[in-house]
Amino acid sequence: MINKSLKELAQALAAKQISSVELSTLFLDRIERLNPDINAFVTVDREKTLAMARAADARIAAGTAGPLTGIPVAQKDIFCAEGWTTTCGSKMLANFVSPYDATVIRKMHSEAGMVSLGKTNMDEFAMGSSNETSYFGQVRNPWDRTRVPGGSSGGSAAAVAARLAPAATGTDTGGSIRQPAALCNLTGLKPTYGVVSRYGMIAFASSLDQGGPMAASAEDCALLLNTMVGFDERDSTSLNRPVEDYARDLDKPLNGLRIGLPKEFFGEGCDAEVMAAVRAAIAEYEKLGASCVEVSLPNSHLSVPAYYVIAPAEASSNLSRFDGVRYGYRAPEYGNLDDMYMKTRAQGFGAEVKRRILIGAYVLSHGYYDAYYLQAQRIRRLIANDFVEAFKSCDVIMGPTSPSTAFKLGEKAADPVQMYLSDIYTIAVNLAGLPGMSIPCGFVGGLPVGLQLVGNYFAESQLLNVAHRYQQATDWHARRPGAID
Amino acid sequence: MNQWEVVIGIETHAQLATVSKIFSGASTAFGAEPNTQACAVDLALPGVLPVLNKKAVDCAIRFGLAIGAEVARKSIFARKNYFYPDLPKGYQISQMDLPVVVGGNLTLQVGSGDKAYEKVVRLTRAHLEEDAGKSLHEDFHGKSGIDLNRAGTPLLEIVSEPDMRSSDEAVAYAKALHGLVRWIGICDGNMQEGSFRCDANVSVRPKGQAEFGTRREIKNLNSFRFLKEAIDFEVQWQINEIEEGRKIQQATVLFDPDTGETRSMRSKEDAHDYRYFPDPDLLPLVIGGDWIERVKGELPELPDQKRERFMTVLGLSPYDAGTLTASQEIAAYFEATVVVAGQSNAKPCANWVMVDLAARLNKEGKDIAESPVSAQQLGGLIQRIADNTISNNIAKKVFETLWNGEGATADEVIDKQGLKQITDTGAIEALVDDVLAANAANVAEFKAGKEKAFNALVGQVMKAAKGKANPQQVNDLLKKKLAG
Repeated sequence: MINKSLKELAQALAAKQISSVELSTLFLDRIERLNPDINAFVTVDREKTLAMARAADARIAAGTAGPLTGIPVAQKDIFCAEGWTTTCGSKMLANFVSPYDATVIRKMHSEAGMVSLGKTNMDEFAMGSSNETSYFGQVRNPWDRTRVPGGSSGGSAAAVAARLAPAATGTDTGGSIRQPAALCNLTGLKPTYGVVSRYGMIAFASSLDQGGPMAASAEDCALLLNTMVGFDERDSTSLNRPVEDYARDLDKPLNGLRIGLPKEFFGEGCDAEVMAAVRAAIAEYEKLGASCVEVSLPNSHLSVPAYYVIAPAEASSNLSRFDGVRYGYRAPEYGNLDDMYMKTRAQGFGAEVKRRILIGAYVLSHGYYDAYYLQAQRIRRLIANDFVEAFKSCDVIMGPTSPSTAFKLGEKAADPVQMYLSDIYTIAVNLAGLPGMSIPCGFVGGLPVGLQLVGNYFAESQLLNVAHRYQQATDWHARRPGAID
Repeated sequence: MNQWEVVIGIETHAQLATVSKIFSGASTAFGAEPNTQACAVDLALPGVLPVLNKKAVDCAIRFGLAIGAEVARKSIFARKNYFYPDLPKGYQISQMDLPVVVGGNLTLQVGSGDKAYEKVVRLTRAHLEEDAGKSLHEDFHGKSGIDLNRAGTPLLEIVSEPDMRSSDEAVAYAKALHGLVRWIGICDGNMQEGSFRCDANVSVRPKGQAEFGTRREIKNLNSFRFLKEAIDFEVQWQINEIEEGRKIQQATVLFDPDTGETRSMRSKEDAHDYRYFPDPDLLPLVIGGDWIERVKGELPELPDQKRERFMTVLGLSPYDAGTLTASQEIAAYFEATVVVAGQSNAKPCANWVMVDLAARLNKEGKDIAESPVSAQQLGGLIQRIADNTISNNIAKKVFETLWNGEGATADEVIDKQGLKQITDTGAIEALVDDVLAANAANVAEFKAGKEKAFNALVGQVMKAAKGKANPQQVNDLLKKKLAG
């Protein structure tokens, strides 16, 4: 059961081979046994989980179940869930029990009937690429426990890779779904901006944040995405589009598919063996009927600097609400009001969060706004235009997800710039608001390599199709880390 | 004082009369228990997002149309970042570079009587924003309490050009604006509850100088009297400073109604850097032509249009037309009176509403909406004056009776009390003859050239008629008889 796909689990539940309570217990037991080492979950609540599983079983018995009712899933701790501690990986919210459900949580649990196994570890406020900035400790990569799982959705990635959960949610602001998926041999999808509601998803950078699925296969991601999406009147940036079944095109043949290979993604800066795995995957696609065309994203070298202006700017404002006044952490001792603010925020936030708040406040401040923030917005438009141009000659863009495989815990923690460069291939996709995926495409030294797929706006179904056909022809995604148990 | 010119610009925060808040579904009703009208969005819980209340936009469009401004087809919400305990998000959602309303004019009547004049004040802009909560500094044993009921209440910040040249003009502007926002139904205008509050930017300069002096901003004036007192004090203070050789420093000041003085709150040096930037949680506000047309269709006749109509159609003077359009209630009362009394009686209707009724209301501290005499009753009364059924003097008695609720209509009162005017020439002639016969002395005096004696004779006739004789007829007959 532990290794079954969502489709297989749904069939088993429907056939009454197993109940949701039994299935959930299986995973809860596994979490209890293995999580102390991997640290993928920050909150587990057996009673809550089993109550949800019982409700799911009742729906299955009553014949009112949806396609994924009763299937357990892990939730990134950035999604507010009523009655659950929702920490966002921060000391600031270590004691915060959400009084309401995020839209994604409501859709997946109240509507689709999925069962929450708990809340997964993450970089503090989703700021990081290694999960090392979490207040709740580092997460170990199940493939090599001396290495990072990637970030910021590192807990979700490690949980699925170690089969502590069949699937998980993540959020992606600059690569936080795709990069950990690559480093943990998972399939992860960041949808087009506006497809998944941000209501109740604690904001890091509002114009870039997007929730999405992380799972063992494209098919699992498609099924999970079906439960997550939809117009939400509580999110002004949510897009009102017709409902679609993201699994409908999975099996379409790839004959005639035009793959765009941006020359900027195939130059310097990427580990050679990672690049070899990526090129081998592209060769496999050619066997499946696709053809390749070189494209150019001439402004992509500006994506990291533009991102590290826009994201911190928005974050510096988004995180102002954590002031110790109404909820969350407040310094135990302080003098006047300013002192309360300063001590609360100095003690409640970690170093990386403070660094980004400082950068953000700086680039928005009087006299610097035009030179940094407005300039970064201009670059953002140029980057988006590059993609529009590129998609005139191709259907999907491919390249590496991450320039290297999982690095050692602590290896880059002291060097923020090196850390930021690990998202060099993923960030432009967020700036453009496009959908992107990472799928397993090989191993280097026993560590997974991810292939990034980028689609045009709203091309999620096509991306999932492109990923699925590859996964029908290869078995990289089916490989599991050894010596877990 | 005479060689100084005062320059005043006013920023007004008008609380918009929407049922729910500008970015959440919580109620905006005033006076509820603290923090009972603050939802997850108002509390700025982690993860919540703002959604714009379209009704607040309707109000902004109404205002823009009413002042002849440009309603921006695209405006942007921006975040104004600062920390304060009653500002839950750590930023206020406002509009900065692209406001929803641009330009416009407001016409004011300044002063009264001979010194009355009309003035047009230009408006710079009006933008939508959310209000903060309230910090309560009493009753918390050295701590402060926070009430977030008001947080997220929609405001329209209305900014004037520095066009006012005296505290009287500033007050006239504030009153005209106050009247307008109530007229078009976007603000209840309750100044005590803070629904309408003004900040005055005040500077002085030597007469004839083109550049403005350095301004100081007086914050949060919530009555017309305070507005006037604060500006008068501030102007005198600035003149004294300059005359004593000191320079005015740009500053934000507060007015203390108890001392009647302004005092500096913060100088320009401690001004916040608010780090404005477009709010990424909200899309640009796009207002299409159809939206503007819809709101236009819902607008009542505006005060200026009504004033113009009162002058051209009803023949009222500019002063009367201005007074009768000071509020929608007065205008509505006046118009209902004219409907009953007839358009040809518009002038007496205006006089009754502005003089007799206003004095009576004033005496009892009542609003025109609470008048015991309805517009229909007053119209009926004026009709009877016009058709000579009663004289003006008798009409005042009838009015008083109606005011006291002792009659349903003027006709009923006239009938019951037998107040119908004597217009029968024969009857009046008989009275006149009696009076002339009984007052030979007066007649002799009149004939000797004493005009006053005539008035005494008129008085005698009216007395004999118990006030009901038509005064004009009495006059005419007396003159005729004395001449003959």
